[in-house]
Amino acid sequence: MQNALQIVYLIPLLPLIGFLINGLGRKHLSKPAISLVGCGTILASFILSIWVFMQVKGGNTYDAHYFNFISVGKLVIPFAFKIDQLSSLFLLIITGVGFLIHVYSTSYMHEEKTEHFGRYFSYLNLFVFSMLLLVMGANFVILFIGWEGVGLCSYLLIGYWFKNTSYNKAASKAFIMNRIGDLAFLIAIFWLIAKLGTVSFSEVFTAANLAKLKTLDITVITILLFVGATGKSAQIPLYTWLPDAMAGPTPVSALIHAATMVTAGIYMIARSNVLYSLAPLTMDIVAYTGLATALLAATIALKQNDIKKVLAYSTVSQLGFMFLALGTGAYVAAVFHVMTHAFFKALLFLGSGSVIHAMSGEQDIRNMGGLSKKLKITFITFLVGCIAIAGIPPFSGFFSKDAILLSAYIKSPVLYGIALFTALLTAFYMFRLLFITFTGTFRGTDDQKHHLHESPVSMTIPLVVLAILSIIGGFVGIPEAIMHGGDKLTAFLSPVIAQHGEHTVSHTTEYMLMGLSTALVVVMIIAAWFVFRNYQRSEATGFGKVLENKWYVDELYEAAFVKPLKRFGSFLNNVFEKSVVDGLVNGVGKAVNYSSRQLRLLQSGQVGSYVLLMVLSMVVFFVIQFFIRK
Amino acid sequence: MIPVLLILVPLLTGLAAFILKNEKTVRSWALFSSLITLAVSLAGLTLLKDAKYMAHQCEWMPALGSSFSVKLDGVGLILTLLNAVSFPLIFIATWNTSYKNARNFFALMLLGQAGMMGVFLAMDALLFYFFWELALIPMYFLCSQWGGEKRIAVTIKFFIYTFVGSLLMLIAILFVYSKTTDRSFSLQSFYDVAVTLNSKQQNLVFWLMFAAFAIKMPIFPLHTWQPDTYEQAPTATTMALSGVMVKMGVFGIIRWLFPIVSGASFQWGDFITPMAIIGMIYASLIALRQDDLKRLVAYSSIAHIGLLCAGLFTQNTSGIQGVMIQMFSHGINIIGLWIVVEWIERNTGTRKISELGGLAQTAPTLAIFFVIIALANIALPLTNAFVGEFLIFNGILSSYTQYYVWFTVMAGVCIILAAAYTLRMVRKVAYGNVNDITSKVTDIRFNEKLALGIIVILIFWIGVFPQPMLDLTNGVTESIVNKFEVIRYPTVPK
Repeated sequence: MQNALQIVYLIPLLPLIGFLINGLGRKHLSKPAISLVGCGTILASFILSIWVFMQVKGGNTYDAHYFNFISVGKLVIPFAFKIDQLSSLFLLIITGVGFLIHVYSTSYMHEEKTEHFGRYFSYLNLFVFSMLLLVMGANFVILFIGWEGVGLCSYLLIGYWFKNTSYNKAASKAFIMNRIGDLAFLIAIFWLIAKLGTVSFSEVFTAANLAKLKTLDITVITILLFVGATGKSAQIPLYTWLPDAMAGPTPVSALIHAATMVTAGIYMIARSNVLYSLAPLTMDIVAYTGLATALLAATIALKQNDIKKVLAYSTVSQLGFMFLALGTGAYVAAVFHVMTHAFFKALLFLGSGSVIHAMSGEQDIRNMGGLSKKLKITFITFLVGCIAIAGIPPFSGFFSKDAILLSAYIKSPVLYGIALFTALLTAFYMFRLLFITFTGTFRGTDDQKHHLHESPVSMTIPLVVLAILSIIGGFVGIPEAIMHGGDKLTAFLSPVIAQHGEHTVSHTTEYMLMGLSTALVVVMIIAAWFVFRNYQRSEATGFGKVLENKWYVDELYEAAFVKPLKRFGSFLNNVFEKSVVDGLVNGVGKAVNYSSRQLRLLQSGQVGSYVLLMVLSMVVFFVIQFFIRK
Repeated sequence: MIPVLLILVPLLTGLAAFILKNEKTVRSWALFSSLITLAVSLAGLTLLKDAKYMAHQCEWMPALGSSFSVKLDGVGLILTLLNAVSFPLIFIATWNTSYKNARNFFALMLLGQAGMMGVFLAMDALLFYFFWELALIPMYFLCSQWGGEKRIAVTIKFFIYTFVGSLLMLIAILFVYSKTTDRSFSLQSFYDVAVTLNSKQQNLVFWLMFAAFAIKMPIFPLHTWQPDTYEQAPTATTMALSGVMVKMGVFGIIRWLFPIVSGASFQWGDFITPMAIIGMIYASLIALRQDDLKRLVAYSSIAHIGLLCAGLFTQNTSGIQGVMIQMFSHGINIIGLWIVVEWIERNTGTRKISELGGLAQTAPTLAIFFVIIALANIALPLTNAFVGEFLIFNGILSSYTQYYVWFTVMAGVCIILAAAYTLRMVRKVAYGNVNDITSKVTDIRFNEKLALGIIVILIFWIGVFPQPMLDLTNGVTESIVNKFEVIRYPTVPK
């Protein structure tokens, strides 16, 4: 019996082909041809993904085994894909949102030279390919291949404008920060191999369920995997690369932040939920790290003036929420938030791209203001995005955030309190951004004012589609308290993510929590309205300055790690290598030279000195004989 | 016949090159010769699938108990293949470089290739030693005649350093020879006598041999000859040195050191692995601060070779199989890097990273190749180096030592450092804006494209389908690992 799903290999293969065509033919193809290849391959993958999703929904799952990637001794790592509920859902998000971003890019990047236009789309396709590999892999190694692949693509795309030195530095920083996490991930894989001899998801999880792994091993493995996730999904302490990643073209930011890459860590932990549920210590670490990151990033976002930076820190903060959900065992809520976040964050980033496009490249919101009149579609869709991320019902963000807050409440009221506070900050800084950008009076130059225009259709259509999704996207996970059987997502994912323990709070409590958070969010929005509707430029002072400078974390890392390492490297190179290691070697050479020169003197040719030496050595010989050999 | 041909073709064509006149003729002759060698090697690859090995033996010095005995087995095949692939690449990539006394240059290159072939094939200790020196001496002349400004001092250091190593090895060989019952230099006799050595004798042989191999690889702190030599030697020679010749040290450990003195090798593992790892970190940190491209690549290579050494001393299947495939991958990748470096130096007149920049604009094709090879250098998945490094690291974590976690983490730091120094190099050379030096260059020509193209194909081919190559060395690896298994679990009957 052949499984209908056996053609799933086409889903990643098509973007790979697109990458090759655009990459190799970038000098020969026209821009429309490049766009067609770039978007067409992703669209085809998207259609296939819908079909796959339907199949999976109908109860069909598939494990594809292609060839043995590495087989050494008893260790066998197959190149294999796993199509189940979790991966099919991610396939939809990646290809769907990815496709919209591709379409949007055709206009956004139209001023690039054809050659670079082709390069851009080939990178974009490669990015989607890597991400698909990541979620389709049936074992940790294939996941890791995609994992490093998205790291590479982000490196290439962040540094896309490679003439700019600071962009290149941001790209390198992203790659190296990710590599730190990747190392932990790799060690986790090796640990699994050492303990179980396998890396396949199904075998590892079965073994864990059968208690074949000691708790200590599970804890080590899950912590290491989580460290890997902090790199890719930008959590404390490895989050600093993500805001710098704004150096890339704006659609790339949307792709990195919404549909791909940063969600990889969430996916990986959700995929490994069996292991995590067996490691309570790790769960606590995940939850607290997530919450701390959410709060830290939200405070920074309050004072940022670059439209993309605000969104970047909001992403870090939202990812923190997702980790909070994972850490409290609400895996489905995390995946749910990945999905809704993909919609509204892609929307917000593409919206910011539309603004930047209209402002001729300006990104500083202090130079904007009053844009709502000229950019109507952008404004309305951006507003939808803000409402969705702030969490006002019935927009999508409300449902997923509510699920996370609820799981935090069940774990501990303190967690809930901090999470709620962070959610309120979110509403405040997002509407600060909205009001400063779109309301009040225009503060830019006359040139910019003259140039202001709504973006072309190929940019606004993705905005509208994403706005609709941001509104209705939450309906797949309506909580049980509101509508019986409304939580379709949990039911759908139940084969992959087992539910531990039922709701421990009454429906009344749930209503109260929802009411409280909604009411407070509305208050925050109103507050933001009063503070920022007529924004005037002002310098940050005191604590605001600390926030504006991101708590000086970058400076701290620079002083604590980068500089000492560089200095140590210089010391090794300039002093140790030359004087000690090589000095020793040359010293041996010199010593030999010197001693042979001295020894040469002995061969003087005078018989007398030879005799003298002979006698002396005989004396020495006898002394040795006498004293040492008794 | 194949193993003999592998040695004879470069040897005879190399000798013949001495009498050729025209530079162009000798250049073509060398390329032709190297392609023949490659064809022979590929023939060996296809033929070896049916047989486990191919051997040839005839009398050489019967009075001493030494015979001309060569054998092509898995590990020999991988390295002779690397040797055979490297030289055409070197000749193609440096096609436009002109040398004074070109016939001597190419003749010596081919003789060096013959010597290295012999090293990888010899089954007789004296023959091994003979080829070991035959490989070294042409390199010495190549560096001293065609090298850079400081060539004489550097070459002398290189020569003395490696020659001291060779002599130590010779002492070890003679010592083991003196213990053989049948007064024979054959590998089998050496293997047989190994079990009769007591631990003191084992230690003696181990350190004498290891010193020779460690200098060749090189392992920290015996590495200082290398950056200088790589910097001063003509780039074609540097490619041969770093791509193939350093593998002689690794190979020596696999073929001679481990099987003959397994006990001592096992016992000293906990001493040598940390040395190798310290060397990795040390070289990576220095690479991070290099301004000279050649020295940067040299230190990067020292770090990578350190990993090979650590992988060997895991003494388990994963680690050693990783080393096997990584030897090939490292050779290919570093030759690719040298081709880029050589092109940059030839076209811009500088090797200083601080003076370069923006080559992605003026030489986009070169930049693409450069980035791909650089990514392979940092072992990105689906490139060739990932397979080897993955297996080696996996081997370290599951190795038979109580410090396995520390070894893995410390060696793992180099994964991060490698990304840091490699991306720094790419960033400063290829990206950024053009300057006076880099604005005038024109992109690479056909011969460089061809060589780099082949390298990139090999990078991805091995990176995606590594299994056929891993299968080649299964047998050799198993036989080594079995020797260590016996030591680790002496009571378990094998």
